[in-house]
Amino acid sequence: MPTEGVKVAVSAERKGKRRVSVCAGTACVFAGSMKVRDAFVAEVEAAGMRDAVEIAIIGCHGLCSQGPLAVVSDGDTYYPRLKVKDVKRIVEEHLAGGTVVERLLYVDPGTGARIACAHDIPFYSQQLRIALRDVGVIDPENLDEYLARGGYEAARKALTAMAPDAIVEEILASGLRGRGGAGFPTGTKWKFARSSPGDVKYIICNGDEGDPGAFMDASIMDGDPHAVIEGMVIASYAIGAHEGYIYVRAEYPLAVRRLRLAIAAAEERGFLGEDVFGSGWAFKLKIKEGAGAFVCGEETALIASIMGERGMPRKRPPFPAVSGLWGKPTNINNVETFASVAWIIAHGAAAYAAIGSGTCKGTKAFSLAGKVVNGGLAEVPMGSTLRHVIFDVGGGIKDGREFKAVQLGGPSGGCVPASLLDTPVDYESLAATGAIMGSGGMVVADDTTCMVDLARYFLQFTQNESCGKCVPCRIGTKRMLEILERITKGQGRESDIASLELLASTIKKTSLCGLGQTAPNPVLTTIMYFRDEYEAHIAEQRCPALSCDALIAYTIDADACTGCMLCAKKCPVDAARGEKKQPHIIDQELCIKCDACRAACKFDAVNIVSGPREIAAAVTAQRGG
Amino acid sequence: MPRRVVRSEQAPAGAAKQDDLDLSQVATIVDEGDAHGNLIALLQRTQSEFGYVPEPAVDEIARLTGVPASRIYGIITFYAQFSTVPSGRHKLLVCHGTACHVAGATRITEALEQELDVPDGASTADMEFSLGSVACMGACSQAPVMRVDEETYGNLSADHTRKVIREFVKELGLEAHYPGIAGGGSTGGGGGGV
Repeated sequence: MPTEGVKVAVSAERKGKRRVSVCAGTACVFAGSMKVRDAFVAEVEAAGMRDAVEIAIIGCHGLCSQGPLAVVSDGDTYYPRLKVKDVKRIVEEHLAGGTVVERLLYVDPGTGARIACAHDIPFYSQQLRIALRDVGVIDPENLDEYLARGGYEAARKALTAMAPDAIVEEILASGLRGRGGAGFPTGTKWKFARSSPGDVKYIICNGDEGDPGAFMDASIMDGDPHAVIEGMVIASYAIGAHEGYIYVRAEYPLAVRRLRLAIAAAEERGFLGEDVFGSGWAFKLKIKEGAGAFVCGEETALIASIMGERGMPRKRPPFPAVSGLWGKPTNINNVETFASVAWIIAHGAAAYAAIGSGTCKGTKAFSLAGKVVNGGLAEVPMGSTLRHVIFDVGGGIKDGREFKAVQLGGPSGGCVPASLLDTPVDYESLAATGAIMGSGGMVVADDTTCMVDLARYFLQFTQNESCGKCVPCRIGTKRMLEILERITKGQGRESDIASLELLASTIKKTSLCGLGQTAPNPVLTTIMYFRDEYEAHIAEQRCPALSCDALIAYTIDADACTGCMLCAKKCPVDAARGEKKQPHIIDQELCIKCDACRAACKFDAVNIVSGPREIAAAVTAQRGG
Repeated sequence: MPRRVVRSEQAPAGAAKQDDLDLSQVATIVDEGDAHGNLIALLQRTQSEFGYVPEPAVDEIARLTGVPASRIYGIITFYAQFSTVPSGRHKLLVCHGTACHVAGATRITEALEQELDVPDGASTADMEFSLGSVACMGACSQAPVMRVDEETYGNLSADHTRKVIREFVKELGLEAHYPGIAGGGSTGGGGGGV
């Protein structure tokens, strides 16, 4: 299996230096990686090794749950979960002394063995990276590092040695399909835009990654911005567009900053501008920052937003390829789609088409989150099974709990249960489960996740983000949300499931755009696969996952409680109380169900119970002692 | 998405008086706007100038561009980024992405609401803190996550959240404004009632 893009230390090797690459992806930065970077700089300086060791930042390295992490170039030694105090040891023992710091190496959760080299860690060795080929390898703020990895070679070849039609044919032959989720063949889209009459055409990169729980596009934009730009340069020439926009979600300031730097650097070298690669081709690229509206991920809404209007979708046709931005032919592709283009031109359509399954070629990037061991960014060949992604790459479920479902495609997607774990990851197979491929967000749920509440969460999201233009979406999602809220509060009615199904089918059939047409998916799939949970909420006022606040109670098991008083100390509302060394109780009148007592208890004495009878029994038991 | 515009007379006590606003910047912003008269860009720059989009600034933009104020409000209320009321000095943002939701983001918001006595989406009476939520920050493996100004906190529990905000309030010397915190509370401090 080719593993494009795992070898680290590009620029450092050229300069004959060793290199420490510190991950500066969003999750690692949140976990404090910039402090770790500063510590490396200071310690290397203090050890007098400034000329021999380069401290670099890299985009998302992938295994976010192990952050902050750093990779040392000799042997690509992988140091996860770093603290500032660990840095001195790595500099002294490894960089100066030449001995890997065993104690700080990654521990395989499966075998318990320590693994030194990044490529030997299952999370990485099980992947195949094309769109993410340089993410986590190069310094995203340094164009030379992208060039050292063959960057802009494909664009140069395309613009100086290929005819636009030949490029479109190449993309068609590769089988690349839109990675934003809908899976429309990219080559066909380009062909439409190319053959549309008109001198002025536009291309747009859709970086409005709005699905909560998805961060692939962000990682590409802030980890390898030139890959996106290069793909757009190739597309501009193939389609005949001299102007392009990258529309970036408002919540991604890092992506905006890195893209701006990358565009300026590319302009300086003549990879963008009036005369790209001296070919005479002119292409100008601009960034448009979104203003916070999920629906702008829909292409006609996105175009309205670039024009400074309310981002409301309109009816298609005319499709943007015919009449898009300012009424001109416009081609819109997603970030990951553009990031795959240069690889295809460089390696040939056949190489790309050789990867993947029947109707779905190439690879797909996923963000793995939720109750999975290896949370992070992964790219696998199309057609890999969900089981492969979640268990082989993802390392299975956290805390040894049980897999319940995986939520794919965010608010437009659905929940796939354990019985369908061997479903291949491709557009058609996932659609058959009722979920969708979507942009690639995978949120894993375990037995503590309530599926009714998860459906309610997504409905609340889409209801909030509905633009309000069409009635089924605006009012239909509101009615569905009201029903779901009622059910999670234990006030469900017998007819509620049927009402939800009726509303869902009407909304799917009659909404104007993709937001409304897919909004019911989370509800429909959870009803399809977890109907018993809905029924337990409605008929028994019981939440089987012990998650819905209105249906649960915290009580203390008098036999297990030692009277250590820790829960009483942690309780913010003085609901947990008792005498020292005597079993405590939780006052149900005062309890706000914040979970602080259960999290604090060292004796597993705090229980969550659900259902009126169960609660009554547990409350009586804790009083009775 | 459409949200109700909170008119200026409903602005929280302590907000800058809108009569005192220097609107001369608005003309510059309008002048420098792009050829297409992109209203989103104008409003983004107005917001970064004032910290929010004040009503008089909207009137001024309408006067200078000839675009009816109703259309400008149409855009302001459509996009989550824009606010017509000033926000607090310090911004608390709790991520409510899917991963954060299943990891208990609601409890994080509830803890902050309780400690600061402010509902989600509003500012404290002293205009020191604004509490808000965001759809996803893309740091899912650290869920649940919150941001306090530029500082980020991951793998939070309600208990840890209370500690963070109490320490922050004390650092700012604002305990007196928040009875729950001034009293020491139960977390990490004095013992709970027996």
